[in-house]
Amino acid sequence: MAPTTTIRIALAGLGLALAATPALAVTELQWWHAMTGANNDAVNRLADEFNASQSDYKVVPTYKGNYGETLNAGIAAFRAGTAPHIMQVFEVGTATMMSAKGAIKPVYQLMKDAGEPFDPNAYLPAITGYYSTTKGEMLSFPFNSSSMVMWVNTDALKSIGLSEPPKTWPDLFAAAKKLTQNGFPNCGFSTTWVTWLNIEQLSAWHNLPVATKANGMDGLDTTLEINGPLQVKHLANLAEAQKDKSFDYSGRYDSGFGRFTAGECPIMFGSSGSYGNVKGAAKFAWASAPMPYYPDVPGAPQNSIIGGASLWVMGGKKPDEYKGVAKFFTFLSDTDRQAKLHQTTGYMPITKAAYEKSKADGFYDKNPALETPIKELTNKPPTENSRGLRLGNLPQMRDLWAEEIEGTLAGKKTPKQALDEAAARGNAMLRQFEKQAGR
Amino acid sequence: MSPERITFGGRLLPAALIAPQLLIVGLFFYWPAVQAVWQSFQMQDAFGLSTEFVWFENYRALFTDAGYYQALVTTLVFAAAVAGLSLGFALLLAAMADREIRGSGIYRTLLIWPYAVAPAVAGVLFGFLFQPGLGLIARGLNQIGIPWNPLLDGNHAMILVVMAAAWKQVSYNFLFFLAGLQAIPGSVIEAAAIDGAGPARRFWTIVFPLLSPTTFFLMVVNVVYAFCETFGVIDVLTHGGPGRATQTLVYKVYQDGRIGADLGGSAAQSVVLMAIVIGLTAIQFRYVEKRVAY
Repeated sequence: MAPTTTIRIALAGLGLALAATPALAVTELQWWHAMTGANNDAVNRLADEFNASQSDYKVVPTYKGNYGETLNAGIAAFRAGTAPHIMQVFEVGTATMMSAKGAIKPVYQLMKDAGEPFDPNAYLPAITGYYSTTKGEMLSFPFNSSSMVMWVNTDALKSIGLSEPPKTWPDLFAAAKKLTQNGFPNCGFSTTWVTWLNIEQLSAWHNLPVATKANGMDGLDTTLEINGPLQVKHLANLAEAQKDKSFDYSGRYDSGFGRFTAGECPIMFGSSGSYGNVKGAAKFAWASAPMPYYPDVPGAPQNSIIGGASLWVMGGKKPDEYKGVAKFFTFLSDTDRQAKLHQTTGYMPITKAAYEKSKADGFYDKNPALETPIKELTNKPPTENSRGLRLGNLPQMRDLWAEEIEGTLAGKKTPKQALDEAAARGNAMLRQFEKQAGR
Repeated sequence: MSPERITFGGRLLPAALIAPQLLIVGLFFYWPAVQAVWQSFQMQDAFGLSTEFVWFENYRALFTDAGYYQALVTTLVFAAAVAGLSLGFALLLAAMADREIRGSGIYRTLLIWPYAVAPAVAGVLFGFLFQPGLGLIARGLNQIGIPWNPLLDGNHAMILVVMAAAWKQVSYNFLFFLAGLQAIPGSVIEAAAIDGAGPARRFWTIVFPLLSPTTFFLMVVNVVYAFCETFGVIDVLTHGGPGRATQTLVYKVYQDGRIGADLGGSAAQSVVLMAIVIGLTAIQFRYVEKRVAY
């Protein structure tokens, strides 16, 4: 009996070794992202679930700092030949990624090569439009999308006799003036990301171009059109309101958002992704509402454009690795998973089915603030002007535009001068980008 | 007093002794500097997929940009204000700490602490105090009728970054001034006092001239600091704004290189900045040092 036992053990060992072989061949897929806190947990949970669902691939998520830092880390890694497979890039980095032909693998190509079922029409067009060519080819995979909404302190509005948030810009300016005279002397309304609201969203919301060539989607030889009559008029209104603080400037980025939750500014424009922040910190009744529009512009409002980030697949990897990435994207597109991701993070559902499911579940009855950005984005089918922006160097260009807006708000430049200057300097930057990337 | 010369036998030993130093300096100072010069002649996309040698195009773009000259002027104002404020304030503190007072040890230690704070953290601290709507001091200023708003008023923003940048450097200057003061023989000052010179006169005719080597050294260090190491403070507090009111040369290098991914243009700017700092230091040694009594 003894030898037989030995043989059995040996066979069992051999069996184990054979069983272990596929485990050794697991393909690791690096995923660099910029998510912190609860969103970081969501990323890790998605990777764990995917890894548990099959045994061929293992997604390894790594936090690489904020959006800008993650992009820079990815660029540096690519230059050193150690790029990750999947990289999360914020929406304004889209042109940088897109023009890096050879550095990226377009998602539509990836899915086709891997033979994964993939229907671009299953995704919300307002989201995928930003990441697609004008031919509708999806270049990156939408992951966390948000849009700009108007956060309102409904208690404050009630105090001036308003039961609903203002719908148009003239109404908003009037309400803000009343608020400064009734308990909010420092700030009637304010905004985070000053150029996102007052140039990018304003233009899309009124179906006006930010730049030629479909906002840069049709080519790098695009020029800015941010100094049109409506943009100039709007900036003039802002500068006028700044004088009595019915509008009060809160800086270029989003560090001023605390003025809303602290109760200093009763109306604040910001990302719909601030939902958790507002929910946790605001000690007053609040709501989110769509951005206002100018009623004298025919057809307004159009649709808003997105913020947030998408997943880019880096070039130069092995076919088997691409297969894994494609499988992972299919996994992410699953309706239940998307709906859950949307409901737990507050980011938008990326597929139509996930949105319908959340609606059917009654999710928005309890969380109306999370439906506002979706309603804004899907208000009308996107046009050339409202699909998104594909402008090189957009992160730095936003700083440049903000410099000019600050000049107007400080009373040093007329709105027309400032926007003409912003366009001229921005065009110089676009030509520089064209020289760098277009060769 | 003729200095006695110490010589090592042969050439190998001195070379071996100095080699590590040279290696480190070469690796961490000269190699990157040479790289920057090389890169400033190139134009590259962010991913380095295509590189083209463009000779002086980056420099030409720089010197035809009105914004660049504006940044240069801003930098000169900023550096003069930071160096002046931090040196003056440190000297005042050092002169006071140099007296025989109870607990001066603790007092001195406390004054040295802020040097351990990173510039970006100093920026955050000043932000907490001076950001309108957020800061304690900003609210106080507004309440007493001073419309303090560094978000829109360029002068306010400049005052803010100068204060934050100078605050951080005061400790360092204080340390050197204190050491310099304590090296001045007490008998000299006592003799002057017996001759009837008051404290102010004693300070300006005896103490300050004897401190001149320290002051000169600190001036060079502070100017280099203001030129090259202050982008953290500016980034946290103003991002170079409002408008371009606080955009200094070094912050522009950071903006164009890091945010704008224009490596060639950014490298050209660093080379120019390097030349300016070397030039300034040379001028200081050539002309100012003549007035220094060692």
